[in-house]
Order: sequence, then C-alpha cells, then structure tokens
Amino acid sequence: MNAAVLTEKQVWDWLEQVPDPEIPVISIVDLGVVRNVCVEHDDDTQAASVKVTITPTYSGCPAMREIATNIESALTQRGITDLELQTQIAPAWTTDWMSEVGKQRLEDYGIAAPQAKGAPERCPQCKSTAVEKVSQFGSTPCKAQWRCTDCLEPFEYFKCI
Amino acid sequence: MTESPNPLFEFLLRQGDNALVLGHRTSEWCGVGPALEEDIALANTALDLIGQTQLWLGYAAEVEGKNRSANDLAFMRDAYDFRNILMLEVPNEDFGRTMVRQFLFDAFQVPWLSALRQSSDQRVSEIASKSVKEAQYHLERSAETVIALGDGTPESHARMQAALNYLWPYSGEMFGNDSTDQAMHEQGIAPLPQSLHKPWMQSVSNTLAQACLAVPEDPFAHSGGRTGFRHTEHLGHMLSTMQVLQRSYPGASW
Repeated sequence: MNAAVLTEKQVWDWLEQVPDPEIPVISIVDLGVVRNVCVEHDDDTQAASVKVTITPTYSGCPAMREIATNIESALTQRGITDLELQTQIAPAWTTDWMSEVGKQRLEDYGIAAPQAKGAPERCPQCKSTAVEKVSQFGSTPCKAQWRCTDCLEPFEYFKCI
Repeated sequence: MTESPNPLFEFLLRQGDNALVLGHRTSEWCGVGPALEEDIALANTALDLIGQTQLWLGYAAEVEGKNRSANDLAFMRDAYDFRNILMLEVPNEDFGRTMVRQFLFDAFQVPWLSALRQSSDQRVSEIASKSVKEAQYHLERSAETVIALGDGTPESHARMQAALNYLWPYSGEMFGNDSTDQAMHEQGIAPLPQSLHKPWMQSVSNTLAQACLAVPEDPFAHSGGRTGFRHTEHLGHMLSTMQVLQRSYPGASW
C-alpha cells in the first residue's frame, strides 16, 4: 500500500463497511458511533498513522469492545499498522447523529427509526400509525418494544436519546 | 478509618458506588423477572448502571492516583470502603420493593445528574450528561410501574405500600450534608444534595398519590452508607457474591 495516498475519506469509507455488531444492517458510521478520523503522515517515511475516535451509544453498551476489535481488524486488513483507537463520552451520543441512510436501513430491516417525539411514527411492517408501547426496554439498550394494533405484529423501536 | 484527604475522590466513589451497588442488585433479577419484558427491562437498567459505574469509578481511580483501576475499586474493596447509600444495598425482597427503590432513586438521580451537567469539573459534567439520558428512561419506567402496581390489585397495592414503608427511612440519606458535600459545593463541582430535597418530595409525592400510596410520615433517616461509617449487614453478603471471582483469582480476566 502506498501510505502517502491514504486519506481520511478513505478511512471513513472503510469504516462505513464495518457493521454494527448488534444491528448488522447499519454500519458504525451510520449509527454515529465513529466521531473522528485523523490521518497523519510521517515527514520522512510518509508512513501513515491513523487515529479513530468512537463513542458509546449507552454507557454500558456491551458492543463497544466488539466495535473496537472490528475497527482494528478492518483497518489492519487494509495495511494500517499504526492505529490508535480513542473512546470519548462527550458530547454524549445522540440518535440525531444517525444518518438518513441508516434510518432507512433500520426501517427496511423492521426496526422503527428514532423520532424526536419519543415514539415510532409507524409500524415498520404494515406502515400503520396505530402503534402502542409494550416496554421501554428491548433486546439491546438502544431499543424499546412496541406493537402494531393493526397488523398485530410486535416490532422494535430505536429509542431517541 | 483514616480520613480521606481528597473530597473529590470521596464524591466520585459515592456516585460510582451508588450505580454499582444498585446495578448489581438489579442484575440479580436477570433470568428470574416476573415477566419477560420486565426481565429485559431490569437487565437493561442494570447494564446502564454498570456502564455508569465504569465512568465514575474510572475517574475516581485517576483522581486517587494510586494506580488502581475501576475494576480494582469495584472488586477489591471491602464493605467499609464503599460509599453507596444504604437504600441501594438492602435486598431486593420482591418486585415491588425493587421498583419502589428504583423509583425513589431515579426521582433523585434525574435532577441530580441534570444539575451535575453544570459542574465546574469537566469530567463530572461529561459523565453526568451521558448518564442523565439513561436515568430519564429509568425514571419513566419506574414511575409508571409504581403507579400501575400501587393502583393495582389489593395484593400489589399492599406489597407496594409495605415496600415504601420499609424503604422510606432509607431515602433521607440521599440528602445528606457533610464536609464532602460542602467541599463539592464550594468548588462548584456539585450542588448540595439537600437543595434537591424539596423538589424531590414534590415529584415523589405526586407519583405516589397517583399510585394510591401513602407517604410515610416518620422523618427518621438511616445513614452511614455514604460515609462508610456503618453499612447494613447485607452489603458484605452482596459483595461476597459480586467479588468472588477477583477475590479467588486476583487479576483474572477474559
């Protein structure tokens, strides 16, 4: 690999291919977990050093370690040897950072996207707006359980925080 | 007991130990919750609290500067070094007591963490900003559950009132006022917990009224947890389970 041509955009593109371990239809970039990418080149050797900053969705999110491992393996596979991973908690992660592509992919997968009003807009299956909350908590810290009173299917809602 | 030279360290231990001890107690429900949704909710709440513990105790360890980690503080300290309030260490008993405790604590944590966002200490402010988002979800659920069960069947009502009567004398410790609180207040790191008592009383009374539960009148308050002066006999038993791995195989990891 020619280290001199490595750009931050290239690293972002690679990270966009790293899926979230718990919701594999969206990438860690779509989820807003990757906060910063910094690429620097050594003046003499031109060797690239890469610094990636990530932030947890919820403070106890058990996927953080796996996300870090997946970033490491994705970037080392591309020949990056000088890699530093940083975790930051401020500013606190918010669903506002989720990309529009990410929200659409969630919905296609059957998970209702986060809404500012704190409740899903519609059933991700039949699109009915007749929905009700089952529980504020779901299979991962970031989701709640809802159901559709039209098609009667339960579904998950990505909580807005 | 030697006097702690650093009030910030004490303060951080109080925050971290509250989250840790309640997080562990809540995790005891994992797999035995009264319904699948409740089991999941309890496990998620515990997970949030353990995550918050890592942030508070991680910072506490840095402030202490004795080369200890958050894990060392959680797993290698004995009961008398814990700084959690007593209310959080008493056994779960039943789902009613578990939820009343969660509610009384959440109703304090939401305004408390909201206030800590303005802390003069940047790290405290960051941890509070992260944690308060989770605490808001906890409060929403615990308040709803307290109302549903308090205003439920005669059996659920009786259990909720018994839980409230049991826990009430422990709730006063949240509003303690000692030299650590004063030091944090003077440095602009935290408000005096006392200053939250009135609004807490108002919001708790409001929810309890909706839950058809009577607020106990006895103003007596147990204390001794947040100073480490005297914990209940229950904390040692809890720690013997929580710490057994690190006590038996120090430094074990996977």
